[in-house]
Amino acid sequence: MKTLEMGRPNQDVVAETLLSLARRDPEILVVTGDSRGSAKMTNFGRELPAQLVEVGIAEQNLVGIAAGLASTGKKVFAFSPACFLTARALEQIKNDVAYSDHPVRLIGISAGVSYGALGSTHHSLHDLAALQAIHNIDIVVPADNLEAEQAILAAADYNRPLYLRFGKRPVYHLHHPKTAFEIGKALPIREGSDVTFIAIGEAVAPAVLASFLLEERGISCGVVSFHTLRPFDVQTLLEFALSSRAIISVEEHSIYGGLGSTVASVLMEAGIFRPFKRVGFPDDYTVTGNQAEIFNHYGITPEGLVKTAVDLLESSPHSMYSISKRVGKPLDSESLAN
Amino acid sequence: MSRTYLPSLVHELEIKSVRYRKTILSMIKHANSGHTGGSLSCIDILNVLYNYVLNVDPQNPGDPKRDRYIHSKGHSVEALYVVLADRGFLPYDELYTFERYKSRLIGHPTRKVPGIEQNTGALGHGLSVAVGMALAAKKSSHQYRVFTLLGDGELTEGSVWEACMSAAHYQLDNLVVIVDRNGLQITGPTEEVMRLEPLEEKFKAFGFAVRSVDGNSIPDLIGVFDQVPFEMGKPSLILANTVKGKGVSFMENNASWHHRVPDDQEFLQAMQELDWLENQLVENGTK
Repeated sequence: MKTLEMGRPNQDVVAETLLSLARRDPEILVVTGDSRGSAKMTNFGRELPAQLVEVGIAEQNLVGIAAGLASTGKKVFAFSPACFLTARALEQIKNDVAYSDHPVRLIGISAGVSYGALGSTHHSLHDLAALQAIHNIDIVVPADNLEAEQAILAAADYNRPLYLRFGKRPVYHLHHPKTAFEIGKALPIREGSDVTFIAIGEAVAPAVLASFLLEERGISCGVVSFHTLRPFDVQTLLEFALSSRAIISVEEHSIYGGLGSTVASVLMEAGIFRPFKRVGFPDDYTVTGNQAEIFNHYGITPEGLVKTAVDLLESSPHSMYSISKRVGKPLDSESLAN
Repeated sequence: MSRTYLPSLVHELEIKSVRYRKTILSMIKHANSGHTGGSLSCIDILNVLYNYVLNVDPQNPGDPKRDRYIHSKGHSVEALYVVLADRGFLPYDELYTFERYKSRLIGHPTRKVPGIEQNTGALGHGLSVAVGMALAAKKSSHQYRVFTLLGDGELTEGSVWEACMSAAHYQLDNLVVIVDRNGLQITGPTEEVMRLEPLEEKFKAFGFAVRSVDGNSIPDLIGVFDQVPFEMGKPSLILANTVKGKGVSFMENNASWHHRVPDDQEFLQAMQELDWLENQLVENGTK
């Protein structure tokens, strides 16, 4: 059976990439809120202490200071656990960064359910929804080490408010090392005509693994890494939706207001109607467990996604899929005429 | 406080303050909306800042070496727009588009207006941003200074005190915080809504060097700004004791004027009072 090669935690890649950039560019500043350990920025602080600003456990102040630094032309990367950054400091993100138009790079670390059994205080399943409703901040959620490295390189020269979201655990390699990455341009991983997973962040890998299993069953399966939620790559979504009989969105986020809602809206407005399912977190208390257990509980696993895909295809009698099943039989031209 | 400096400057700014008050009221009356009381309490501070203290240039509002001012008490933006227009950052006539459909003069400060550094209006934000700007100056060895004005009602926001801690921690003696201590917020006296005192001790305990002044006195304000930084290695805090609604008898110390527009009769009376004050100052100057 086909599988994927395991890489490193994205946060490690982020820290290394940023350190090598900052060695050459003294305008790069990192702001942390007693989180440099979990952000893997300890080495950065040790080697470039003048380029690290510590603010203590004070997310509102962290974002405000980051905005003030950025207003003077500093290239600011503000690190904080995504759960606190995008909830506690949401008003600072909205007013001080986005509305005031300062190009701060907000880095949400240990995002989604990375913190696992620490519970909902430490989960960020709301951040994409909250930020999508705020004007003038772009949103990027890298899926693998290549996307993570490239996103940081792109962010260093990005001239708009930007939110980057990363998880803690090691992630699979998904792309060829020479894959070209661009903020705002989704990265297709596989093409398939029966079902296509539109996935984001750490939910992309389970979708790719699911696609291998589905192929073994003779179901043609596509996967696209929609690392950028805003600006949303409408064109790539429409291309894949038109060439696939069913669409499934997969995200480590509430199914409300994140990737799935966006995909549904774009498809509806484009007049593309397909059997469709959002996989993510329902409106419920999140189950206790580590990240893998939580993913398993909500079906964000290869097996879970296979089941979702098969159920979706089989339970859609009026879908393109059920029509396509009949394609193998010769059409009765007379009945058509009738 | 010394009253010896530049009597002509003091006199000139005192006349400006009265004229600014008249323009603020005209603007609010024209827009039929505005923060009347707070604009009148802080206008003398803005007057001294923009006409005496700040190194800013309307011809080059983005100069990297400029001093920064953040209007953290984002309401009473009327006072800021009036002073910026007087300094030439925006056309004077534009003031009469305040809060109109499609106007860039929004009811709270916006960077769409030249000379404004930060969009404010939600309270408790400006000081953190000012700390960031002051810290950037230190890191780049720039000599510019950062000033921010907070309302006293704003001080109940917890984020203000997060920012205070960081200002002292980073020894930002290039940061000057002014508190418009008019004692009133929309509901009533600050001490009834949520006790702030002892304010001086609080700011001292948070690491500021503190001075109290009459925030409606031009010579006192000039004198105190001449002394910043009060201590090397410490951020400065000016507790500016002001009168909400200052300059118009029936608006002074009356919380109901926080966001009230004068009716025609009230407007007329207010303008008459200010005209009288202006005439007094002009006559005194010609003696």
